[in-house]
Amino acid sequence: MSQQRNRLATGGRIDRTRPLSFSFNGKHFEGYAGDTLASALIANGVRLVGRSFKYHRPRGLLTAGSEEPNALVQLGTDAASEPNQRATQVELFDGLEAVSQNCWPSVGLDVGAVNNTLSRILPAGFYYKTFMWPKSFWKYYEHVIRKAAGMGRAPESPDPDCYDKMHDHCDVLVVGAGPAGLAAALAAGRAGARVLLADEQSALGGGLLGRRAEIDAAPAAEWIAKSISALQAMPEVQLLCRSTVAGYYDHNYLTIAQRLREGSDPGRRCDKPRQRLWKVRAKQVVLATGAHERPMIFRHNDLPGIMLASAAQCYINRYAAKPGDIAVIFTNNDSAYEAALDLAEAGVTVVAVVDVRTAAESPAQAAVRSRGIEVLYRHAVVAASGRRRVSAAKVMALDDSGESVSGAARTIRCDFLCMSGGWSPAVHLFSQSRGKPSYDASKACFVPGQSVQAERSAGAARGSFALAECLTEGHEAGVAAAAAAGFQRPGRPAKPPVAAKVDEAPLQPFWLVPAAPPGAPLNKHFVDVQNDVTAADIALAAREGYRSVEHLKRYTTTGMGTDQGKTSNINALAILGQTLGADISAVGTTTFRPPYTPLTFGTIVGRDIGALADPVRMTPIHSWHVANGASFEDVGQWKRPWYYPRPGESIQDAVNRECLATRQAIAILDASTLGKIDIQGPDTAEFLNRVYTNGWKKLEIGRCRYGVMCGEDGMVFDDGVTTRLGEHHYWMTTTSGNAARVLAWLEEWLQTEWPELKVYCNSMTEHWATVGIAGPFARQLLSELTDDIELDPKAFPFMTYRAGTVAGIAARVFRISFTGESSFEINVPARYDLALWNTLMTAGEQYGITPIGTESMHVLRAEKGFFIAGQDTDGTVTPLDLGMDWIVSKQKDFLGKRSLARPDMLREDRKQLVGLLPVDPQEVLPEGGQIVTDMDQKPPMNMIGHVTSSYYSVNLKRSIALALVRGGHKRHGETVYVPLENKVIAANVSEPRFYDPEGKRMHA
Amino acid sequence: MPKSYLRQSALAHLHLEAHAVEVAGDAGVDLCERPFRGQLVLRGDCTDNAFRDAVQQALGVTLPVEPNSVTNVDQVSVIWLGPDEWLVVVPDGHEQAIEQELREALAGIHFAVTDVGDSRAVIGISGPHARDVLKKGCSVDLHPRVFGPGQCAQTALARCHMLLHQVNQAPTYDIYVHRSFADYIWCWLEDAAQEFGLAIIAQAPGASAGARAPESEPVVPA
Repeated sequence: MSQQRNRLATGGRIDRTRPLSFSFNGKHFEGYAGDTLASALIANGVRLVGRSFKYHRPRGLLTAGSEEPNALVQLGTDAASEPNQRATQVELFDGLEAVSQNCWPSVGLDVGAVNNTLSRILPAGFYYKTFMWPKSFWKYYEHVIRKAAGMGRAPESPDPDCYDKMHDHCDVLVVGAGPAGLAAALAAGRAGARVLLADEQSALGGGLLGRRAEIDAAPAAEWIAKSISALQAMPEVQLLCRSTVAGYYDHNYLTIAQRLREGSDPGRRCDKPRQRLWKVRAKQVVLATGAHERPMIFRHNDLPGIMLASAAQCYINRYAAKPGDIAVIFTNNDSAYEAALDLAEAGVTVVAVVDVRTAAESPAQAAVRSRGIEVLYRHAVVAASGRRRVSAAKVMALDDSGESVSGAARTIRCDFLCMSGGWSPAVHLFSQSRGKPSYDASKACFVPGQSVQAERSAGAARGSFALAECLTEGHEAGVAAAAAAGFQRPGRPAKPPVAAKVDEAPLQPFWLVPAAPPGAPLNKHFVDVQNDVTAADIALAAREGYRSVEHLKRYTTTGMGTDQGKTSNINALAILGQTLGADISAVGTTTFRPPYTPLTFGTIVGRDIGALADPVRMTPIHSWHVANGASFEDVGQWKRPWYYPRPGESIQDAVNRECLATRQAIAILDASTLGKIDIQGPDTAEFLNRVYTNGWKKLEIGRCRYGVMCGEDGMVFDDGVTTRLGEHHYWMTTTSGNAARVLAWLEEWLQTEWPELKVYCNSMTEHWATVGIAGPFARQLLSELTDDIELDPKAFPFMTYRAGTVAGIAARVFRISFTGESSFEINVPARYDLALWNTLMTAGEQYGITPIGTESMHVLRAEKGFFIAGQDTDGTVTPLDLGMDWIVSKQKDFLGKRSLARPDMLREDRKQLVGLLPVDPQEVLPEGGQIVTDMDQKPPMNMIGHVTSSYYSVNLKRSIALALVRGGHKRHGETVYVPLENKVIAANVSEPRFYDPEGKRMHA
Repeated sequence: MPKSYLRQSALAHLHLEAHAVEVAGDAGVDLCERPFRGQLVLRGDCTDNAFRDAVQQALGVTLPVEPNSVTNVDQVSVIWLGPDEWLVVVPDGHEQAIEQELREALAGIHFAVTDVGDSRAVIGISGPHARDVLKKGCSVDLHPRVFGPGQCAQTALARCHMLLHQVNQAPTYDIYVHRSFADYIWCWLEDAAQEFGLAIIAQAPGASAGARAPESEPVVPA
């Protein structure tokens, strides 16, 4: 265990009584509760945290926040391992294990670093230029490049942790809990609004956590604590920390990724999810997302030990961790002076502040000078030196234009270097909300422009960096947002929190430190440290004609990767502007896309996994099927018994047995998934007349009729049997898969086109369970179970309906048939389904009752040539194509009628439904098989159709098929061929009716 | 009528009674099935005074015409489903009598009434975290300022359609889902409730959609 040699004895928001041990790159360290992995590494003097993406240069911590480009670690091991975690955001926990990414075999000795030496030949667009010739080789190059690129490893086994989601709504969503965000939440909360305050950090306070500031004449920490308790006391305010607002979408819909706990804890599973994705609809949004400090661009500015001034300040103040002992500070604005004072206060020797500006009288500068710290005005750090860490800064005087340096170089020894190139408001969410950031030249940054959605920005997020401004703006935004959502604080308006106004000397934009000596390459002036993009790369891209910032991004890869260029984008486009001689505002920004920081897939998926991924719809007797060994078939979301294999049976054996039993004894089928619609009203017959192709005006009470529905295009869309139950009462059935669609179709016509029809439709699919019994003994079995239904074929003929009692249960019994056998469809309320089924099974045992699945049902109906909508039709098939001219009325109008009269519908070579009988009766055609007439053709052959249904029929002792064939109705008797991979099956075209074509059996 | 022991509720196969407790303890979420609740779909024209009056006369309840609202008297609740569609929830066993009442009262008016008692399973959810569980799968705002007792919503819960009715301030909600989805949604609810602590409550068949645990006998309109 190493000592925490850079830990300050006092101060910070860490708990020194709670030491935590962790390992980094295999070495063990200790930190404290309240640390991040990054602050614990700083406290332990660990400088080298990773290697860069392209050149594998050694890299250290640049920031202390979510914008970190360098310190990407792989967290945890095995299935719970997570790549691309920012050490600056990972809260330390006991037993944490992390390793650096992008380095092999180790961060200290990295083989890929040879790329660094080769960087002269790896310029911008290197991949595009090098690996594109010959073009076909990219697939080989790609593998090697991807491997070398690194960026962490995805775990290979399922994530053992639980992730969840939550929907929520609020009046005001405040993003960011810094001074502006807290002030906004307080103001909106006091007005009585439902407030959701979300912040990505582990504690509320934002940038204040890393600064020594005063609010309301007390230390900021006190104000934060007071604000939190005030907010917690408001019942309608919800505080979410460790919660990154990841995306801002239309209609003020935002997503928040909440980290509920660090590390993996598979034992806990779902009683404690690891992360939660919030999906929030907010009436108003306050964006108090703060700002990102920008690095300075000088030679070797990527060395470990070079960090943002605000980061160093944060490590000292928040974590009591010193990044080093001797510091040089390089800045173009006053904020770094505050950092310099905090460092000095913590015992760091600040040897020099290098400021590109001329001396000015600001309190911060005066305080630094009066502390005896040397300030080098009108100077710049032109280069840093050191091998794996910075050891000195080379400083030169700037000439008047600021575009070159001159005079003698001075080397200043240091062990870390802090830089501040100014601040860029975090306009990411504003931009995602479709707002366009505009360039504010006086502040040298992009600020939110006009709002597109109901949002407002406050504080540093809109370029108001001073604490006093953050507090007032936050307060005002909170008041305004609450008011816009309809909430006003009663009585006197509340006063905003107050911080002293501090005069600051203006910032001087300074995007690129000139080369020293003039004309020297800028190929180690790093702009995007995550993607190893240098100022030279950007200049090269500009010279090569990449003038659009979007093209620059893609060509140089600047602003890509896990950090999406939070610290580099503005510098990159400023340098592009300089190179092109264009104004920054004309260059513009690239698009900010969600998520703000990367999300793990688990968070996006939540509980939509395994059995919860998609509902399984079960019939009321599903458990019987399971208990009786059914194999299931998915029909939409339904699980339907496919066949019931007995021990040792193949699917074909089982289907053969089931099909024989149906034709020779009795079959029982769970048909509850059948769509059932109750239709009532005096105009029902007229309505049916319009939606079905055949006539319905003369259907008598108690009789059933088969009907086909077409779309307006004349194509078959569904079919089924509808029964007249009473004077104005009908019972429609639909195919299982179309039940909801047919009801919606009927409602659409009733509600939008025919509101004058007095008709009401109600879905009955789930209320009535349907059991079909079919076969020579069906009537006999039923006769044993009913005494109030006359079953004689004359009294209860085919295509009629009777209400009565079956097995003691009130039932609706229909004599309709899909198998072609004498059959009864018995409908009872779903609660009695199992009772009915069990009774039928028991009573039917003596007749050899056999449960059959959908596969046998399909074979049996195919023997009869009954088509299945959606299998034998595909939305391009008319009733005439099916050879069902008899069902298309010529007397009346119906949906699709006009389309059926169009010339194309009358073409003789339309694809029409036919039967196919393979010449070899043992050969079963594959469904989907393409049909040709002539085997002498060369590919591509002229295909005249395809097989839509194909089975082996044990009853016919041969294979049969249905097919859609061009001009098929006139091809009966012809031989066609289905060429397959390794054989050709010849078949004869026939009528699509193979069994009992006169229908004697089902009428029996 | 067939023997009542022959009937099975939508979740019968889960044998919830084996895991059930008699009274809610300190679990964050209580779940129960409310089996065999009588349900009738009523269709008619709500702008027709004669229709509204006849329904009121038959049910003893004012027909709710405000979208997403529920009216109830004693054991009968009427849930608004659309401008011309309501779910009439009645005690177990009273469906036919009430359907007959409606038919008689509505004679001569264009309407439809259909027994759909087995179409939907009803799951009761209550407890301090009931709303949090629903929030995991339902995007409707259920905050008390927006949604309260006597309100209903037809929306999605997780990946299936739900009719949600808030029964009381507790809050207690009744979740109506199509019977075939009942198993899925029960499993989903159990999963979502895990982090808050879950109790499965034994529930007498046919308890009504109105106030919880009525002492009196079900009231059937004469």
